[in-house]
Amino acid sequence: MAAYLFYFLVFPGLLFAAVTGGVLSWFDRKITARVQFRKGPPLLQPFYDFFKLLLVKETIIPKNGSPVTFLLAPVFGLFGATTAAVFILLPLFNITTGFRGDLLVIFYLLTIPSFSWILGAVASGNPLAAVGGSREMKLILSYELTFLLVIAGVIAKSGQSFDLYSIIQIQKDGAPFIGSISGVLLFIAGIFCIQAKLGLVPFDMAEAETELAEGSFIEYSGPPYAIIKLTKYIMLLILPCLIAAMLMKGFNLTGINILWAVLKVAGIVLLLTLIRNTNPRIRIKQAISFFMIWMNLIVVTAIVLAFFGL
Amino acid sequence: MSNKFLIPIGPYHPLQEEPELFKLYCDGEIVRDIKWETGYNHRGIEKLAESKTYDQVFFLVERICGICSTSHPFAFANAVEEICRIEITDRAKYIRSIIGELERIHSHLLWAGLAGHFLGYNTVFMWAWKYREPVLDLFEMITGNRNSYAMFKVGGVRRDIENNKIPDILKVMDEVKKKVTLLTGAVMDDPVIHSRTKGVGVLTRQDITDYGAVGPTARASGVAIDIRKDDPYAAYPLVNWKVITAEGGDVFAKAEVRLLEMFESVSIIEQCLEKLRKEKEGDISIKVKEIPEGIGTGRAEAPRGEVFHCVFSDGSNSPVRHKIRAPSYVNIATFRKSCIGQSISDATISLAAVDPCYCCTERLAAAYDEASGKKIFNARELIELSVNKTRLLREQQVR
Repeated sequence: MAAYLFYFLVFPGLLFAAVTGGVLSWFDRKITARVQFRKGPPLLQPFYDFFKLLLVKETIIPKNGSPVTFLLAPVFGLFGATTAAVFILLPLFNITTGFRGDLLVIFYLLTIPSFSWILGAVASGNPLAAVGGSREMKLILSYELTFLLVIAGVIAKSGQSFDLYSIIQIQKDGAPFIGSISGVLLFIAGIFCIQAKLGLVPFDMAEAETELAEGSFIEYSGPPYAIIKLTKYIMLLILPCLIAAMLMKGFNLTGINILWAVLKVAGIVLLLTLIRNTNPRIRIKQAISFFMIWMNLIVVTAIVLAFFGL
Repeated sequence: MSNKFLIPIGPYHPLQEEPELFKLYCDGEIVRDIKWETGYNHRGIEKLAESKTYDQVFFLVERICGICSTSHPFAFANAVEEICRIEITDRAKYIRSIIGELERIHSHLLWAGLAGHFLGYNTVFMWAWKYREPVLDLFEMITGNRNSYAMFKVGGVRRDIENNKIPDILKVMDEVKKKVTLLTGAVMDDPVIHSRTKGVGVLTRQDITDYGAVGPTARASGVAIDIRKDDPYAAYPLVNWKVITAEGGDVFAKAEVRLLEMFESVSIIEQCLEKLRKEKEGDISIKVKEIPEGIGTGRAEAPRGEVFHCVFSDGSNSPVRHKIRAPSYVNIATFRKSCIGQSISDATISLAAVDPCYCCTERLAAAYDEASGKKIFNARELIELSVNKTRLLREQQVR
């Protein structure tokens, strides 16, 4: 029991994931700033942001909303993200959870933050948040199928293995999945899926600062918003880690290989950052057709190729 | 229709830099109706102008708009010079045109950046504004100010562009041309920008004539109206340039017109500078002793369209009546055509695409009580309130 609590709260759960995710968030902001000829924030800026919201700022509860749902929604999101972090990061650190089929659980856990944000948005009673929530819902409907198919593709490539630990082991024994055509296709689709999951441009229509003024999160302030920020940091760590585990044979944490592990995650985050800095926000309709038609086509092709061993 | 709900854009919203309120009545994501309220920024400039001398009014009208801050003095100068029936020197004309075109470049770059920001494309935002910096530095070199240049006066300009500064200006122009080419390439060749802006907020030729829209908004729909050609003033008839138009009428066409207009502006500035070398240095203004009685109208093509000033003079040293119409006043009305039926994402970029400038456009707004339809405040009551307050303050001071 104590071990589980440690897993959940300290390593690789809440504390570790939040701190590493915060650093990655700084990395994302710094790269963005450099691309845009700006100086960028200092390393600790994400943590300053978090602690300012948590300790200094007041919480304003909307009058027309439903306060309990509104305040609990971010907490649900954080639990979902943290549990997902445990399931994703433990196999990466060579600790088997002994849970056969955790990949599907991860898939469900990763949707919890998005759903809780929708819940919070609708509970806030703000029309802009309602539009943001409905957009988020449409976005989930469009990318979740693709994301599930990516996972199915990885399972197909690994020879019907449903747990992340054995998928990593299979890649370590053989070659990483990304070395094949189907692996590359899965990687492309996976990157776009996590781009949408993280709500980064071009898929940030749920927040859409210049349309909805932060949409789903418009009514959040103070500690509840700090929790949302924390959830976002965690998501920014675990989603790239999931891609690294599923397609890039995870991490080898001995000696110089630690550097490679860091580079893998940083590389994926860099890719996400560059995509978000070289694209405008697309319409929700375009996002739906992008995932429903093009990405699904790519993933299905990848799965077919995987069956032929390519 | 019962399930329409209201999406407020404003009075404080990241989409617009200025306070104004757009009420989008939406059915799901689709905008079914739009209403707007301005009046948050009314400063009573027309009234103020009546209490200033002609020389002071230049500084006043310059502050109508922070971005197109030279177009209003331009139009005002045209109006007053019409009353006086004077022709300014060629050197002054060239300098006026150079300032006007430099302003067009910086304003269009500013819009390009903001349009990128509104689309969530912050890289374009930062890059466009970085490229705008040298233009502002140039303004500082020529006029001493980055904004609100204080260059115009009745009968000419206040400062000369010395001939030894010309090579430096040309150098910056070359740089600007390179950067604008880069930006134009980045915007025009991006398939995602195409998919996001093409066919969005379309205004047909008919809409433009119906609403009387002006400037790039009209030119993007293929209506070639440009005060610089239609009612030539300053040095525009003396140099070679063409009116840029596009056919689409959508947001993309508006961006295209603005981007290509910058090249025209650079070319006008270069030609003006060449001709400036041949003129006598220091010959920048003629002395105007007094403004005779009369009515003068002045027009100028601001970056956003036609600026119109009408000045009534009774022969004293300040205008009796000063009427101003900024381009946004007519352009904002086109929102009914461009936004209704679009999704919220498209409506917001359509709102931004006419490059609205609300503080130019502000009129005194009267508030109505929605339930009874009764006017809550009208002009007379507001004046009474203000008079009473002044009286109160005076009484307090006496005590």
